[in-house]
Amino acid sequence: MSTPVPRSGGTGRGLLVAAIPYLWLLAFFLAPFVIVLRIALSDAATDQPPYAPHFPGFGQLGEFLSALDLENFRLLGDDPLYWQSYLSSLRIAGLTTLIALAIGYPLAHAMALAPKRWQGILLVLVILPFWTSFLIRVYAWIGILRPDGLLDMALMGIGLTSEPLRLLNTDAAVLIGMVYSYLPFMVLPLFSTLQKLDGTLLEAASDLGATPLTTFLTVTLPLSIPGILAGSALVFIPAIGEFVIPDLLGGSDTLMVGKVLWNEFFSNRDWPLASAVAIVLLVVLVLPLMLLQRARGQGEGGVR
Amino acid sequence: MRRFGAFHLAALVAGFAFLYLPIVALVAYSFNASRLVTVWGGFSTHWYGALLSNQPLLDAAWLTIRVALVSATLATVLGTLAALALARYRIFTGRTLFSGMVMAPLVMPEVITGLSLLLLFVAGDVERGYWTVVIAHATFSLGFACIVVQARLAGFDRSLEEAARDLGATPAETFRTVTLPLIWPAVAAAWMLAFTLSLDDLVIASFTTGPGATTLPMRLYSAIRLGVTPEINAACTIMIAAVAVAVIGASLLMKRDALAGR
Amino acid sequence: MNRDSSRPEAAGRRASPGSVRRDFQPWNDPAAKPLVEFRNVTKRFGAVVAVDRLSLSIHAREFFALLGPSGCGKTTLMRLLAGFEQPDEGEILLDGIDITAVPPHRRPVNMMFQSYALFPHMSVGDNIAYGLKREGLPKVEIAARVDAMLGRVRLKGMEKRRPDQLSGGQRQRVALARALVKQPKLLLLDEPLGALDKKLREETQYELMDLQADLGLTFMVVTHDQDEAMTMADRMAVMDHGRLLQIAPPDLIYEAPASRFVAEFVGDINLIAGKVTAIEGDLVTLESQTLGVIELDEDAPTCRPGDALTVGLRPEKIALSHDEPAQAINKVAGEIWDIGYLGDMTMVQVMVGGDDGKLFKVSLTNRTRRIERPFAWEDKVWLSWDVEAGMVLAS
Repeated sequence: MSTPVPRSGGTGRGLLVAAIPYLWLLAFFLAPFVIVLRIALSDAATDQPPYAPHFPGFGQLGEFLSALDLENFRLLGDDPLYWQSYLSSLRIAGLTTLIALAIGYPLAHAMALAPKRWQGILLVLVILPFWTSFLIRVYAWIGILRPDGLLDMALMGIGLTSEPLRLLNTDAAVLIGMVYSYLPFMVLPLFSTLQKLDGTLLEAASDLGATPLTTFLTVTLPLSIPGILAGSALVFIPAIGEFVIPDLLGGSDTLMVGKVLWNEFFSNRDWPLASAVAIVLLVVLVLPLMLLQRARGQGEGGVR
Repeated sequence: MRRFGAFHLAALVAGFAFLYLPIVALVAYSFNASRLVTVWGGFSTHWYGALLSNQPLLDAAWLTIRVALVSATLATVLGTLAALALARYRIFTGRTLFSGMVMAPLVMPEVITGLSLLLLFVAGDVERGYWTVVIAHATFSLGFACIVVQARLAGFDRSLEEAARDLGATPAETFRTVTLPLIWPAVAAAWMLAFTLSLDDLVIASFTTGPGATTLPMRLYSAIRLGVTPEINAACTIMIAAVAVAVIGASLLMKRDALAGR
Repeated sequence: MNRDSSRPEAAGRRASPGSVRRDFQPWNDPAAKPLVEFRNVTKRFGAVVAVDRLSLSIHAREFFALLGPSGCGKTTLMRLLAGFEQPDEGEILLDGIDITAVPPHRRPVNMMFQSYALFPHMSVGDNIAYGLKREGLPKVEIAARVDAMLGRVRLKGMEKRRPDQLSGGQRQRVALARALVKQPKLLLLDEPLGALDKKLREETQYELMDLQADLGLTFMVVTHDQDEAMTMADRMAVMDHGRLLQIAPPDLIYEAPASRFVAEFVGDINLIAGKVTAIEGDLVTLESQTLGVIELDEDAPTCRPGDALTVGLRPEKIALSHDEPAQAINKVAGEIWDIGYLGDMTMVQVMVGGDDGKLFKVSLTNRTRRIERPFAWEDKVWLSWDVEAGMVLAS
């Protein structure tokens, strides 16, 4: 019979299976955030390392709460360094996404069109760099981009340039490193969307008189939008908080939140301020995601 | 209509050249006899020998593997349980919070995860070292493991489990004889992913580790900050080779499995 | 819909009017204890009532078929029996014991799933042995029973294969064997032939009937295919909106449907609305707008003069002729609008009562190989039928 029968879910057993990971996440995911929030709201002076976790008893709760303030957040707003680093992070992440899309789309499209027996190997080839260490991939680019590195040697060797480009320690180097590192995240969802595209749709378009270009613009491209969105989200989101790439490939003037947070924490040892930076970064990341989720929920009539 | 033309071939070649040339160059220079990266001084395995006598680096590598083994196993067990709970039980108290917490690490910048876990360990007065890194890695890779297993469960025919129950299997027997064998490839893939994420992680480990527990990425990171040397290239090459062997081995195993059964 | 009486091995399955196995009628025996009993069972999914205060008895060794449109609740009824769903109200008894709270793995009931639900990671042999291993039987006995079952379902030599290396028919037999080897008190079959093509389906029907008779088991089949239900079942139930509309042997369902829904759902039917004008003994006289006066023979009619009711007339019960049949009591003139040639028979659509009248379906058996047919489009014809042909339908 084709009628879907709703399954009855045993609530009790569900809780039991969920309980272990649930408790784990409460302890090691949610609790830490409460602490981050708590420290972000405290004064630098009282929570300087060696930091003592003075959580109050109920009697001192009022006193404890009154000691909390938004001073660290005010500092974030006052010092241009901080909000500029957020803007710069968004800009670099946005550019990374666009460039990765420009490189990734033709690649994914070509992979989807390639003969079936190649596709498995091509897919592995895209995923393989992801399995090698992130750090190694960034390091590889240092050797290429540094003055008198491989790129300079190649370009000067064929006479295109006469002096080193000095790309390392610039925003351009950061972009190259980001695109390189996150390209597989763009290609994979694009490939799976394009691969599933029904070939007869393209035949129908051409049968109805569309040129290959028109077919691409009116059929392939609109139908691959879910893949474009998924790939862009997978690149954009981790790019915003990235630390290693701007640290190793960027210059001292490369501003990104991840780097700022790291420096506040490890160099300046200002834990409350680092926590405040983290909270704001979280809000910057989570808000658009929640809006996206809600828009998607409404698009599906709220039923899932 | 679906023709694979010259343009597509060019896109493939250019795309894969971009992905692979940097790695090829890195591997090539690990065999450079010269200490200077810009000068090719002839083929040499000198730097691999130097690696073998670099005790701190070897210690870090061993620690990293131990962290990855344990944290990947923890993350896979927790992630599989979470995936089962999310896939099977549509409604339970706090489900939204639960799924939010499971998925959050996927979009969470590592700096935040690292910072928050460190502050937790400090607040709980936990001595930082091997175990704190293991817990941190298990927590952040749990979500990835969960996603992989969930994808497999989404295509899972529930009537197989019902058939097992119908034929006299208890819920536990059903899980052991039907559910687990069928989601096993995903569980193995989840473990591989969690293992690699742990091996790869620099940021979270930097936050949550303590004195005496320096992981390989941390050692490499400080070495890279000091400058480019063929010795680092050699270390990277070994790691790449290890991953390549593991990935190829795993895919061969899966292919054999697929041929033998299914 | 005729039983295959040429199969000697199907003992006791001779075609005979009234019942398939003439002597097997436990449902008419007030002393017989049913194997399965539903007592006022209700099952809701949210606001949807899938099974609505339903009561039903199934007897041991019975071949019972549950027929109904999609979404009528028949699969839910089966899942309630297997233990995958819990009733919201009422109780389900097996052998007189309430099994409502018994989990699926402890019920002596097995199910053959519509999708077959063969374990893809196990061989044919392991699939069939699965249920026996759960009982903790000795290895030797498991092997012997699996082997015997493989022979029964003609799968000897296939035990090492994986389900995806089998044809559709072979997979169906593995699913059947896996459930049968447990020797269940009751075997549930959810659309057992749904995935097979027409030829194979017909063959398999008879195989199932033979198996059931030989093993002395009780089968309950859920299906939406009426031919399948009528061929196999001792009794069948027609279900709609969570309720059983009629439970009876197939011939009674067809020839004496309890309601208009049953009459329309099982087989083709022409419906005539009319008003009772007279009743003499068993003979009911009606006045119909399109047909004028018609008469029908109804056992102990319950209607009274003046009642408005619906009369059902099966297409094969109507005779077609060019000349007015002088003898016939019920007759009406019409014009042929459509002829559908189906090979074994021809379905003729006749318009009665002018262009805006009523279309009647008449089926003619093609008894000869004559290519020229006696009737053609736009022929003026007469329809006639016996007084026994029409049946009064409750709406």
